[in-house]
Amino acid sequence: MSVQTPNGFELDTSGQRIVVDPVTRIEGHMRCEVNLDENNVIRNAVSTGTMWRGLEVILRGRDPRDAWAFTERICGVCTGTHALTSVRAVEDALGIQIPENANSIRNIMQLTLQAHDHLVHFYHLHALDWVDVVSALKADPKATSELAQSISDWPLSSPGYFRDVQNRIKRFVESGQLGPFMNGYWGNPAYKLPPEANLMAVTHYLEALDFQKEIVKIHTIYGGKNPHPNWLVGGVPCAINVHETGAVGAVNMERLNLVSSIIDRTIEFIDKVYIPDLMAIASFYKDWTYGGGLSSQSVMSYGDIPDRANDSSAANQMLPRGAIINGNLAEVHDVDLRDPEQIQEFVAHSWFTYADESKGLHPWDGVTEPNFVLGPNTKGTRTRIEAIDEGAKYSWIKAPRWRGHAMEVGPLARWVIGYAQGNPEFKEPVEKVLTDLQLPVSALFSTLGRTAARGLEGSWAAHKMRYFQDKLMANIKAGDSNTANIEKWDPKTWPKEAKGVGTTEAPRGALGHWIVIKAGKIDNYQAVVPTTWNGSPRDPAGNIGAFEAALLNTPVAKADEPLEILRTLHSFDPCLACSTHVMSPDGEEMARVKVR
Amino acid sequence: MKSDTPNILILGIGNVLWADEGFGVRVIEEIAARYHFGPNVRLLDGGTQGIYLVDHIRWADVLVVFDAVDYGLPAGALKLVEGDEVPKFMGAKKMSLHQTGFQEVLAMADLLGDYPESLLLVGVQPVELEDFGGSLRPAVKTQIEPAIRAARGFLDRFGVQWLPVRDDVERRVRDVPHPSLSMAVYESGRPSTEAACRIGDARVLAARGRG
Repeated sequence: MSVQTPNGFELDTSGQRIVVDPVTRIEGHMRCEVNLDENNVIRNAVSTGTMWRGLEVILRGRDPRDAWAFTERICGVCTGTHALTSVRAVEDALGIQIPENANSIRNIMQLTLQAHDHLVHFYHLHALDWVDVVSALKADPKATSELAQSISDWPLSSPGYFRDVQNRIKRFVESGQLGPFMNGYWGNPAYKLPPEANLMAVTHYLEALDFQKEIVKIHTIYGGKNPHPNWLVGGVPCAINVHETGAVGAVNMERLNLVSSIIDRTIEFIDKVYIPDLMAIASFYKDWTYGGGLSSQSVMSYGDIPDRANDSSAANQMLPRGAIINGNLAEVHDVDLRDPEQIQEFVAHSWFTYADESKGLHPWDGVTEPNFVLGPNTKGTRTRIEAIDEGAKYSWIKAPRWRGHAMEVGPLARWVIGYAQGNPEFKEPVEKVLTDLQLPVSALFSTLGRTAARGLEGSWAAHKMRYFQDKLMANIKAGDSNTANIEKWDPKTWPKEAKGVGTTEAPRGALGHWIVIKAGKIDNYQAVVPTTWNGSPRDPAGNIGAFEAALLNTPVAKADEPLEILRTLHSFDPCLACSTHVMSPDGEEMARVKVR
Repeated sequence: MKSDTPNILILGIGNVLWADEGFGVRVIEEIAARYHFGPNVRLLDGGTQGIYLVDHIRWADVLVVFDAVDYGLPAGALKLVEGDEVPKFMGAKKMSLHQTGFQEVLAMADLLGDYPESLLLVGVQPVELEDFGGSLRPAVKTQIEPAIRAARGFLDRFGVQWLPVRDDVERRVRDVPHPSLSMAVYESGRPSTEAACRIGDARVLAARGRG
């Protein structure tokens, strides 16, 4: 039987059911079920967050100035992004203005995270969906060298270099210690790269692994430490003193210069390794046009990277703010996170309960009350679900909607909005990619489009790091070394009651924290994270979310090796650690693909 | 050894927001409050970080990891595992997000040709993980001291000096949790059971009933 969703997708549950649980190479736990028709094409998709999130409840009663330290612990990847969102929410509630230097440093921190996260995602979490490690072992190092030199002037490209790396990987694989290469569907017919492209990509997997450590040194310099850098309501916790020497204390000239040199090397690595690899890999998958889902019709971004401090207008955000609905790229709507009619979370299909589940709640009025019940069509038992009943509650993720629309968020959403607004910083690189690959604009709305947008954004972020570092240096040279405003540090200066909202564009998409402060303490705290948007279950009207929509109509080469499902889910860079929480006490038992 | 004075990394991993999951980080916090070390020793609160830790592992000749690990032992039991057994144990029964991650981190360090020469895993069998916002259970908390003693015994072989902290200047606070997350502050600021849901779902509850 076939059902039409209000947001325009056709679902058919009659074919065989496949369960992927957990979906690996993501942060956190996620389960996915799909129905395949007789031609192995996905006709129904069900995405379940298998962990529940309770951050909001543990923040209640705490000091708002400390909330960032807690939110930084939610997730192993976006620590700094949560912290920044949190301090912005508190500053918004209390009307705190931050110094210009603090804005520049925060932007550098956030852009560092973007560049790092996108690079690591591409090589270490996503590349192996496109790159076959076992095939790389058969590559001719000379052909690999020729390929590498034809696409980039990156110096590490001799036949001897690729031969050494190939031998290293061979030894590693032969030792039986596959490590990160475990659980791959090596040899699957959906892999299309020739052996030399596979070897080039695997080699750069190792180079990127080595290089990424350099990028995060910026967090150590401006945040005092890494992992878990420090943040501060009112500014940044690092003092600047260009006359100081040594490695401890204030940020001095030596360390400012170190940041500058890391930025140069980051730009070089992304532009000479990441982007050429992305283009080379994409050129072999041009006919794999699946995975667009909501991206061609409903996308949203809150905007981020404010050029000047304390100006929250859309025009001041270097990453665009706006929403596109119904596929109308000619109109970008403004997004207001305070408006109770715009962002609402629904729980009709989530394991939470509201007094009236036909309605959504704005995050300031948000409720997080768990209610784990399974629908009558569930197969299996409560402790070992074989097939979930998506007609009932089926996920620990809530369903956020913008004016009732399910939205995709993330790099592709941001780049589609920037493109639609005609902003040359976004439009020109997109057009160049399409021209180079000889693809139409419609190719953008796909799994590969998402992966390409992330790469373009990695490069964009690295270049913007340079912009803000230069801006910071110019300001310091002009005599301003102020990094924090502590006028309202003392809770005695605060109103009895205040509420605020903080946002960022996290690497994986729009992130918002809503806070209510009463008598100096946190009264309510709600976080709506990117994977809540993308991984959302259905809403009361039956609209499906971005993951589910993106999986539809994709052919799967081998039903027991759902490489194509992982490819599309990974393209969102899902991070369920922050959208949900650990549930399974025994992950091994659940790691399985079941064809039913 | 790569040099006469080996690089020694004393690492705690886990999530302090998840009851006994915070064991490893709490051990690091306790060590940092009482001791300081020579420049060849790093103390690190690794949290639930994955790839960020690869560089620290590559730096280390000797690695000591504190963590909550499911050995299938009685709750609160301490178990020491050395050398090649470490990655095997950490993947034996995956309980939480960071463990697969950490096993991969070790493999990545290996792949880059910088695997520590000596490894010790000081693991405790957790009592409770399904308590978001909760702290260490008493049976796990009392293992902080024995865990530190075990690490000292192991690190004696490498000539590590445990110097008492005399003042704040000596404290290597850089790599420990922010003061608002220190165990005492964290525990005292906890909302009531009514305010904070502390149950897992039926699958968790069923597993707990069995165990």
